[in-house]
Amino acid sequence: MLGYMTQTAVRVRGLTKRYGEVRAVDGIDLDISAGEVFAILGPNGAGKSTTVEILEGYRKRDAGEVTVLGIDPEHPTRPWRGRVGIVLQTANDTAELTVRETVRHFSGYYPQARDPDEVIAQVGLTEQAGKRIRQLSGGQRRRVDVALGVVGDPELLFLDEPTTGFDPEARHRFWDLIHELAREGTTIVLTTHYLEEAEALADRVAVIARGRVVAQDRPATLGGRASAKARVSWLDEGERKQVETDTPTKTVLELTRRFDGEVPELTVTRPSLEDIYMRLISSPLAEVTQ
Amino acid sequence: MNDTATATATAGRTATSHPLPSVLALGWSRAAVETKMFFRERDAVIFTFAFPIILLVIFGAIFSGRLEGSPITVSQLYTAGLIGAGVMSASFQNLGIGIAVDRDDGTLKRLAGTPLPRSAYFVGKILSVLLVALLEVAILLAIGVAAYDLTLPTELGRWVTFAWVFVLGITGSALLGIAVSSLPRSAKSATAVISMPFVVLQFISGVFIPFSELPEWLIRISSLFPLKWMCQGFRSVFLGDAGAALELTKSYELDRVALILAAWAVGGLVLCLTTFRWKSRRDG
Ligand SMILES: Nc1ncnc2c1ncn2[C@@H]1O[C@H](COP(=O)(O)OP(=O)(O)OP(=O)(O)O)[C@@H](O)[C@H]1O
Ligand SMILES: [Mg+2]
Repeated sequence: MLGYMTQTAVRVRGLTKRYGEVRAVDGIDLDISAGEVFAILGPNGAGKSTTVEILEGYRKRDAGEVTVLGIDPEHPTRPWRGRVGIVLQTANDTAELTVRETVRHFSGYYPQARDPDEVIAQVGLTEQAGKRIRQLSGGQRRRVDVALGVVGDPELLFLDEPTTGFDPEARHRFWDLIHELAREGTTIVLTTHYLEEAEALADRVAVIARGRVVAQDRPATLGGRASAKARVSWLDEGERKQVETDTPTKTVLELTRRFDGEVPELTVTRPSLEDIYMRLISSPLAEVTQ
Repeated sequence: MNDTATATATAGRTATSHPLPSVLALGWSRAAVETKMFFRERDAVIFTFAFPIILLVIFGAIFSGRLEGSPITVSQLYTAGLIGAGVMSASFQNLGIGIAVDRDDGTLKRLAGTPLPRSAYFVGKILSVLLVALLEVAILLAIGVAAYDLTLPTELGRWVTFAWVFVLGITGSALLGIAVSSLPRSAKSATAVISMPFVVLQFISGVFIPFSELPEWLIRISSLFPLKWMCQGFRSVFLGDAGAALELTKSYELDRVALILAAWAVGGLVLCLTTFRWKSRRDG
């Protein structure tokens, strides 16, 4: 019997891309397993879109090895295109078609598409299905992009900042959709600026700064988050006190003893993903890569 | 992670391969949405489709007389010339601007990310251009017949001429349009970059102003482009032998018409294949 082997959907080694003097991507390694939800975080201009568009076969790299679903995306084939779904960061096309016409038309490109009306419902556009795309709001327009990305029932789905402009309800609906696709076995690679989105969706996150991966882990353990000191804070005679400690339970027990019961306004917090993220993108490691 | 495990990822999925849709079916489906989008965009419809029709109505109303020493009326001459201009507007101008806009608004980029074969995009464009051009010619002819005493030829031979002039002319113009679509830097500049030369070409190709009024050097320039020859071919169809005397060489020179239009079809194809860009200038 062969041992269980994780299948790799995306494998990247030493990826490099320059625009003139700008090193947009400067030696990135990534391994994304089949069925995984992988989020790429990073500040504006970090190289997220460049990386993703190289994986999608849109841009040529200067150096490095890239394999996506078993082929080099620099030479995409039609069957490969049929297995990959793409939601680009910007698009303004098909303004004169209705939502339903557009989704139905694109579904015809794929060997085994999803039901267009079902996809429209999943992105929450059923009410707007008969409307021209020109007349949609920015967030609704973006949901059409998501619909077109998933209508071909891809094995691997790339989403570049998919929820920009979504209202909170639309964002949660989008998260549900991603969870559902992930359950069905779709591999998902998304970039986002919303840390709670990465935390809600991703099995693993990579933080990119200045074209380099500065951290790559599960959201819960990114940048030593799980083992980071906890902060215990309480109110002592009207004054806020706090300590950072590796043993918060012990601290709370001591406090309980001291106050003889209820500790006023007690909170125990671990650093949020945002705290870790801010530290990562401003760390000397990120600086060095300049 | 295991480096050797770059196997095709199909976890949790059945890897049954369904056939991809055929180029023809997809080209047809593209043609349907292209046509729908074209006719829904009022500006484009007026600009490429209605413009020659409006001009014919205006010119026909202004110049109602007969040409000196000829049984042909000025408006009959305009009808024949504007059919040529209309075919070029529906193909060259329509495609040149339309594809520049497709490149700018992300249409081409989105399509390139799907399994749609690139050829299906062009099949769609060309079918929709054919439809627009045929409608255009039909409307111009209807106006010519109804209002300006144009008589439709009854001999089969002239309709055969019409067919080959139309097919060769639209092919060359369409390919030239696809090629020039790569010139404008953005959708905003596309109208200016592509329409300006087209308007100039109409003035020097005998559409609005008869050749007898044009200096020799301008005629020589216009003789390089397909519009002059297309119009000449259409005049031979709709004005008949009586009109031949109005031509510079007192003949429609159909052999040269065929030769130059065919040369443009071939040259346009070469230009397209060597210059076409799927990317806009923003995409790295
Ligand atoms: N087509 C291009 N030509 C020149 N430079 C480019 C091009 N595309 C990107 N760049 C540069 O490469 C760098 C990375 O850009 P990229 O779009 O990949 O960033 P990003 O992480 O996606 O940013 P954002 O969060 O703003 O979308 C930036 O400095 C950008 O200016
Ligand atoms: Mg980006």
